[in-house]
Amino acid sequence: MISLLGFMTLTLVAVAAIATVLATNLFVASMWFGIFSLLMASNFFILDAADVALTEAAVGAGVSTVLFMGALALTGEKEAIRAKFSWFPMAVLGVLALALFVATFQQPMLGDPLAPVHQHVAPWYLEQTPLLINIPNVVTAILASFRGYDTLGEVIVIFTAGIGVLSVLSFKPKRRQTISSEALAAKVRGVQHHSILRVVGKLVIPLLMLFALVVQFHGKYTPGGGFSAGALFAAAVMLYGILEGADRSAKAMPEKAMLRLAAVGATLYTGVGLVCLLLGGAFLDYNVLWSDPLIGQYVGILLVEFGVGLTVTTVLILIFNAIANRPTY
Amino acid sequence: MLIAVGLAILVTMVMATIRGLMGPTIYDRILAMNMFGTKTVLFVAVVAYLYERPDFLDLALAYALINFIGVLAVLQFFQNRQARQATRVPVPQVVPAAGNDKNGASS
Amino acid sequence: MMGMILEWLSWLLLAAGGFFVLVGGVGVMRMPDLYTRIHAASVTETLGTMLILVGLMLHSGLELATFKLLAILVFLLFTGPVSSYALGNTALLGGLKPELGAQDASKEGCEP
Repeated sequence: MISLLGFMTLTLVAVAAIATVLATNLFVASMWFGIFSLLMASNFFILDAADVALTEAAVGAGVSTVLFMGALALTGEKEAIRAKFSWFPMAVLGVLALALFVATFQQPMLGDPLAPVHQHVAPWYLEQTPLLINIPNVVTAILASFRGYDTLGEVIVIFTAGIGVLSVLSFKPKRRQTISSEALAAKVRGVQHHSILRVVGKLVIPLLMLFALVVQFHGKYTPGGGFSAGALFAAAVMLYGILEGADRSAKAMPEKAMLRLAAVGATLYTGVGLVCLLLGGAFLDYNVLWSDPLIGQYVGILLVEFGVGLTVTTVLILIFNAIANRPTY
Repeated sequence: MLIAVGLAILVTMVMATIRGLMGPTIYDRILAMNMFGTKTVLFVAVVAYLYERPDFLDLALAYALINFIGVLAVLQFFQNRQARQATRVPVPQVVPAAGNDKNGASS
Repeated sequence: MMGMILEWLSWLLLAAGGFFVLVGGVGVMRMPDLYTRIHAASVTETLGTMLILVGLMLHSGLELATFKLLAILVFLLFTGPVSSYALGNTALLGGLKPELGAQDASKEGCEP
């Protein structure tokens, strides 16, 4: 019966994806993208992958929607209509899609117990984690310790994304029209003059921040970890920016401080690896961090996940402040 | 019973999707997205009990918080757009007169 | 005995919650206007949510998970109506006029 739920969710995912692509109004497309992301998160949850579902919902339905709205305020809403229809890209796409489709028949069926991943990879991790690392959440153990190099790469990628957005947004826009500034300031405050929204919204912000910290530091026992915690904390700051105005959130979280904290996060991760080197082990080998290897693993994962969470939070807040504070003549 | 409730929630999601596809105005689609968010919260809670893993309820809490932020962001965008369109004033065209200096001071 | 009663009560609440969720979904599809659709959707958000979550709380007894469900319930009760209000307000300010029936439009036979 569970497969029936999964089947319906997948059908809705396909419908949402087609609706996203076919919508010409970009605002409607971003709505559908939010729905698509929530459906994918439900799908991951049905497949028993809770960490991924948490991060997907926090990033796709929350942070992405806010950033899309900010970007749509800067550009227009209508998609540019293509003048003519060319055959060559369609042919390339068709060939690639056909190749992918044929390739899926070579893979083992989902959940096949004889697949290599269920014979060799998964049992090894499930057996070795209690012996080598001894934390209940195997996903966090794999992410932070067994495959620590990959996660280091991801943190550097997120940091680079922040720098990239800032470089792109450093060009000043051309003035297209003049608006009297006091009329603009009086009207363009968004939801600020709705007392109900402000009161209820302000109750949510501390809860969300506290929940983000719980997800961050409890990530060894329950689904969570640095990435989802960072997205949730950034969502709390974005909520503050929506309720009180983006200029106030830029003042509360200034750009220079955010950039430096993002660098601190990435440096913390790399620094833990270097300390392991200096103490005699390999790069990112947490066993040497303490006299007892299990406690060393615990300490290493704690510090590394904190670095990840710090970088993700600050980069997302940075991007939000940069996009929301851009003058939109 | 839990599977029946899960199916009921999924059927409601299908109905919300149909409304999102059919809805003539944009507000219908925002309504569809909001409904989707609350249905996902209920779905996750029910499936967490179906799988006998109540510690997955953290996800439901996170979704409930995130859904609220998504709807508020969308509405903020709308109200800003309405305000900007209401106060839009066209730029007066600057005609460079003879003997104008390099700064191009506009009138 | 008490356990049996609680079990039956939780099943009843879950079934009622599922029914109201379906009613809300049908309402969103069939109602003629945006404002009536918001009204229908809010049925699922408050009533359906309350019944399903209280049913799950009775199902699980007195544990940590019950308090998490209580937190989700309180939170959804706070923010669900606020989202509906914000949507209706934005739609009204954006110029979407509600459809009025013929009786309201002509003001004939209106009882004060």
